[in-house]
Amino acid sequence: MTASHIAHDPAARTAADTESLSGDGSAEGARNRLCARDLSLGYGERVVVDGLDLDVVDGTITGVIGPNGCGKSTLLRALGRLLRPKRGSVLLDGEPIHRMSTKEVARRLGLLPQSPVAPEGLCVADLVARGRHPHQSWYRQWSGEDESAVAEALALTGIGDLADRSVDELSGGQRQRAWLSMALAQGTDLLLLDEPTTYLDLSHQVDVLELIGRLHTESGRTVVMVLHDLNLAARYADRLVAMSEGEIAAQGPPGEVLTERLLHEVFDLRARVIPDPVTGTPMVVPAGGRQARGPEPENGALGTRGS
Amino acid sequence: MTESVRTPVDGPAARVRGRAPLRVGPVSTVLRLRPLVALLGGLGGLLLVFACDLALGDYPISPLGVLRTLFGGGDAGERLVVLQLRLPRALTGLLVGAALGLSGAITQAVVRNPLASPDLLGVTTGAGAAATLVIVTSGTLGGISGLVASLGLPLVALAGGIVTAVLVGLLAHRGGVDSFRLVLVGIGMNALTVNVTLWLLTIGETQDAGRAMVWLTGSLNARDWDNVVPVGLALLVLVPVTLLGSHALGALQFDDDTVRELGVPVNVARGALLLGAAVLASLATAAAGPIAFVALATPQIALRTAGTPRPPLVVSMVFGALLVVGADLVSRTLFGPLQLPVGIVTAALGAPYLIYLLVHRYREVQT
Repeated sequence: MTASHIAHDPAARTAADTESLSGDGSAEGARNRLCARDLSLGYGERVVVDGLDLDVVDGTITGVIGPNGCGKSTLLRALGRLLRPKRGSVLLDGEPIHRMSTKEVARRLGLLPQSPVAPEGLCVADLVARGRHPHQSWYRQWSGEDESAVAEALALTGIGDLADRSVDELSGGQRQRAWLSMALAQGTDLLLLDEPTTYLDLSHQVDVLELIGRLHTESGRTVVMVLHDLNLAARYADRLVAMSEGEIAAQGPPGEVLTERLLHEVFDLRARVIPDPVTGTPMVVPAGGRQARGPEPENGALGTRGS
Repeated sequence: MTESVRTPVDGPAARVRGRAPLRVGPVSTVLRLRPLVALLGGLGGLLLVFACDLALGDYPISPLGVLRTLFGGGDAGERLVVLQLRLPRALTGLLVGAALGLSGAITQAVVRNPLASPDLLGVTTGAGAAATLVIVTSGTLGGISGLVASLGLPLVALAGGIVTAVLVGLLAHRGGVDSFRLVLVGIGMNALTVNVTLWLLTIGETQDAGRAMVWLTGSLNARDWDNVVPVGLALLVLVPVTLLGSHALGALQFDDDTVRELGVPVNVARGALLLGAAVLASLATAAAGPIAFVALATPQIALRTAGTPRPPLVVSMVFGALLVVGADLVSRTLFGPLQLPVGIVTAALGAPYLIYLLVHRYREVQT
């Protein structure tokens, strides 16, 4: 892999993007491992995504953003072969993913669903070890390779100490780490994450995203994640894909995608975009709200509410 | 492009707590102490009960006498009692129990519901209804005997069970099989087949209905080698095949998306395993009639004994055999000259258990 060690700083990101922009042309489309061509998706009669083209640039973290119901999760499910396209195809290593076997896909691509369900009473080590399933068979259920991969995954997410605890007993943040470990133990270079930070408080959201960022910088994994929080998406993704009504409204580095105009068009949100004081990435500050007219003392605003 | 499986770091393999490896050549698995102890305990108990079943009865034979007879010794009387009367009966009980235990464990693991078992999903009652149909109409068709009785009836029961299972699967299918819908459809199908059986019993001749009733309670009475051999052979093939296919069970414990993500074609795997379980239960029913509650209760007992998150297959098999052979021993020896059908004993044990399970689950949901 050439783009495997992109440092997580703005300069390197720009370099990666310049490189990737040329790759966006359809002629060179097959260069990236995962892409969608003329993809139409839906459930039953309802069409959610219509004629979408996307290249997931190797070795980057791609954040998929968009308002509720715009087809983000649907797209991710199709990229992971969980949803059969109505038209078009998803190409994994140049092959239509729907012609590959479930097991073959599982060996190349890991996916973490939005709210996965573990059986009652399963312990963390057994959950993470389940990630090795695509590499196992009826007689080969716990090889040395399996064991090192699981140990490594547990160590990476820092939950080695919880290995013998039941998954039900874990806190939300720990549980998310356990599920991430399972996807990591699968040993794939491609990881699709559907809202990995749902139901987590802000500090645990940052925690999980730092972990994903580290996985990417340390091992060059390609990550596609659906995220709701725009500011966090801008911080942790190398590229953003903004979706609106089943189409891609904009894609590229966060600085180019997250503009006031796009926020208005895609999210119907009046907002200002300022540089994040910590990372310099774009930060969305919504306009409007109770205190928009002027700086009022906080106590006063709260006080008037009660009377 | 090459398949990019990350090769783990070299050096001494890091250990994962709670998953001690057991590796011989290319074969590897996790060594779990408690299920192993449960398995060995179950096997020990089974050996004991099996030996008692051969030794005890109207004509008691010493354990040593049983052993001697099994290995070719003993007098003519002992040989007749052990080899011709008790051994086929005990073996039928063992095979039927093992098949029911395995079938129940697979069904509960796939459906992820302790209430799902071939008894409650209509498979056993479907087999029973088909068999009743044959018994009741055979009176008018001139009676069945000999080979037809020992092969024909089991085959009909087998077909009845499989047809019911496929019907339940088709009716529960809406672009994938949801386990809750499967249980609901199964319970409905169960009620339907039970009522078909009752209807057949009412329209049949009293004598035929009587014979059907004995069969329907699940009985090991008068099982001879003609009963053992076909079922034994079928199980000999089917049990290993089912166990080999059960590797997917571990992944099937999750939600559908996660199952697929782990590389398991979820509908195919579920369908194949459930069909295998239905065939096992139908075969058992064909051999000894619908012996109640074994497939429902043993997987849960095995799960609690072995301390695993899903019913352990091999332990359930051994426990099922233990339960049926033990129940047969009780029904043969405890009630004097009256030989109760084994199904009555298992039902007497199983019904309170089912009530416990329902009450317990209900409480769990409430808290």
